[in-house]
Amino acid sequence: MTGPVAAYLDGHADGRLHLQHGPIDLVIGLDGSRDGAPAPERETALRAHAFAMARRRFQSVLDELVGELPLLKMPVTATSPVPEGAIARRMHHAVLPFAAEHFITPMAAVAGAVADEMLAAMLSGLAPDERPARLYVNNGGDIALHLGPGAGYRIAIAREDGADLGAFAIDAGSPVRGIATSGRGGRSLSLGIADAVTVLAATAAEADAAASIVANGVDLPGHPAVERRPARSVVDGSDLGDLPVVTGLGRLDDDTVAEALDAGADRAETLRRRGLIDRAALFLRGQGRIVAPAASPALPKPETGHHA
Amino acid sequence: MVKQPVESAVNGKIRCDACPVMCYIADGRSGACDRYANIAGELIRVDPLTVIENTATAGGKVVPFMPGQADNEWDGDIVHAGTPFVTAVGAGTTYPDYKPAPFIVSQTHDGIDMVTVVTEGIFSYCGAKVKIDTDRFIGPEAAAVRVEGEPVGHVTTGEYGSQMLSLGGVHHLTGGSKKEGRITCEALMRLCNRERVEMTVDGGAALSLQAGRPPVIDGVEESRMRVGCGSATIGMFARQWRDMVDEGVVVDDHITGVLSEHQAGKLLGIPPTGIRIRGRRSTPGRYFQVAAPGTGWGGTDISDPLAILGDFDPKAAYPGLRLLMVSTTGEQYGYYILDEDLKPQLQTTLPAPVLESVGIVAENCEPAMVSVLFIGGAGGSLRAGVTTNPVRLTRSVKAALTHVSCGGAPAYVWPGGGITVMVDVTQMPTNSFGYVPTPAIVAPIEFTMRLEDYRALGGHMEAIVPVERAVALAERHIAPITASPWPTAGRNFKWGA
Repeated sequence: MTGPVAAYLDGHADGRLHLQHGPIDLVIGLDGSRDGAPAPERETALRAHAFAMARRRFQSVLDELVGELPLLKMPVTATSPVPEGAIARRMHHAVLPFAAEHFITPMAAVAGAVADEMLAAMLSGLAPDERPARLYVNNGGDIALHLGPGAGYRIAIAREDGADLGAFAIDAGSPVRGIATSGRGGRSLSLGIADAVTVLAATAAEADAAASIVANGVDLPGHPAVERRPARSVVDGSDLGDLPVVTGLGRLDDDTVAEALDAGADRAETLRRRGLIDRAALFLRGQGRIVAPAASPALPKPETGHHA
Repeated sequence: MVKQPVESAVNGKIRCDACPVMCYIADGRSGACDRYANIAGELIRVDPLTVIENTATAGGKVVPFMPGQADNEWDGDIVHAGTPFVTAVGAGTTYPDYKPAPFIVSQTHDGIDMVTVVTEGIFSYCGAKVKIDTDRFIGPEAAAVRVEGEPVGHVTTGEYGSQMLSLGGVHHLTGGSKKEGRITCEALMRLCNRERVEMTVDGGAALSLQAGRPPVIDGVEESRMRVGCGSATIGMFARQWRDMVDEGVVVDDHITGVLSEHQAGKLLGIPPTGIRIRGRRSTPGRYFQVAAPGTGWGGTDISDPLAILGDFDPKAAYPGLRLLMVSTTGEQYGYYILDEDLKPQLQTTLPAPVLESVGIVAENCEPAMVSVLFIGGAGGSLRAGVTTNPVRLTRSVKAALTHVSCGGAPAYVWPGGGITVMVDVTQMPTNSFGYVPTPAIVAPIEFTMRLEDYRALGGHMEAIVPVERAVALAERHIAPITASPWPTAGRNFKWGA
């Protein structure tokens, strides 16, 4: 059995740190010491310290999750037991707000929760006044962010074929510290047909859980173009059990695409009003929807130019 | 693709023990990580791109995660200092290769933008040339070589001091029975992955062969390869022996040499000694068939070398004549002095120079080894993964604008049409080879060239990724194995020569 491994990206120790163990791949980046003016030595020292904290925390992450895996794959209800591990509790609390209305297991938030925990582990080792301008943990597209005063983060959203779908800009004044994307692409199964749903929320775990819920809501129940199969026949031991997951999507006319997106956008708007998310971008077949607070200062450009 | 050992299986699902998740994976599925898959009941690592790090300190392998180290001791930078070269080991394949190869990687070498196209080729036309350092008879030329009773190749023309096998090839892989193809494929893969393979030769020996290890022939491990035949050894050592002994005999299964009769001895003015050799005289001082082949002196069946001698001719021989008998590998030797009856008497104490000389014979015998060269041809479809116009790749390789390597090891490209390459498997990363059920061998192959040359041959420019991205995906980081030039070095190319 192989243990966790670490590597620097970008060809040097001042690059990003890549941590991998089993199915977990993290890319961790740090820029800017806080005092504004560039202080390369200080930034290097800060990075080395933060990365040391990260790899120390990462050592047991997968084992902790595996230890409670059966519980984490069970649907959560209001009376579900709360798991013990720090990451597992983040997962549980992130999905709990959806439990009353939706089928959801803590695994819906696993990627975001790992990112949040890793970010917290690094920040816990840094005094508030020595924290960097930006520190982020990207867990396969689900991102936990730290932003110092005046710092910002831009997230570009691309379709699997590389087509640019738009971008969100997050500044330090925004409540957003977590970003997650869900949809038919990628590693997880989806109950909906969205190409991608990107959600910005207070934490990566909350964004992760909400992205799944919104992506599942981009749907056309009973539509013949949507192929579905029981989750377990697609992925062994899937936490979705025998729920029908989308395995193929045929041709859809523009009005039908709009109908599916509207259903998802309605669901996203409900979550936004409940304060569970800050904003979301939904994409399907060249059309997009934005759900955001009124007078939002940073809107992505709706995707209209690309048709698959 | 790399096969992993499977420890347990339940209801047709295999258990992956690569990480603590311990997924049960059904046939045709991959685990939670998408890195390991079950292909026909075997656990296959599907993405372990292997990167060779060009550093002095890289001890190979992925740097393990080292918790608890003091921060200033953290030196886990596996990508930091080195110049990486991405090999095709574990790169995956796009068979039938109508789309770009899995990794087209760009990097700079001495300021020149280089592109390396890496893919795991599926070779149904491929085999192994096996060189077995031994003089022992392993079987007649063209005799079938069998593994588990199935023919997998044949004995081919021997080389100096070595026996040669030609194994695999399309006729055994796909031209015979299904079992023949399967066994041939597996034997080739194991041999190329430097595992030990047992085989038999029709009308010959039982062989146990492993690349880089001494051959085991009929259960006996060969240790040394002779310095030359008996005659050649006389030629090499005549000048030393002239001043130490009056007569020298080098006992060899093939040609036994006699110092005083040999051309070399004559030139040095060594007088006749009246020695008589039991064997068929070829030319002066050279005797065939002094004994039957065996595991005794010099590959013969004798244990007492005097058995090959007749009585000394009293007209030339004299009491006190000093005689050295040595096997071609120097492993056996005897120093004799003729008594009053002209009978050789074995001496228990040898003059120091004689002992030293015997030591030099032995020292000049290299360790006997099995070497395995993989040979395969890059077909049109594999080449299509590199370029939109496959023949241009062939021309670029022939024009020395494109360097071909297999798992980072330099490949010899045969002259003539197509891209037929030969590579020493011991220079490649371990477990470089796999197979598909066709049956055919999966082997890594990389084509490296200048960016402009890649564009010129119709390369898939849109698919090029920076080397850092491929390195980030790599599961295996190893130190260089071969001392040959780095695959991107200018001297590999016409423009850099």
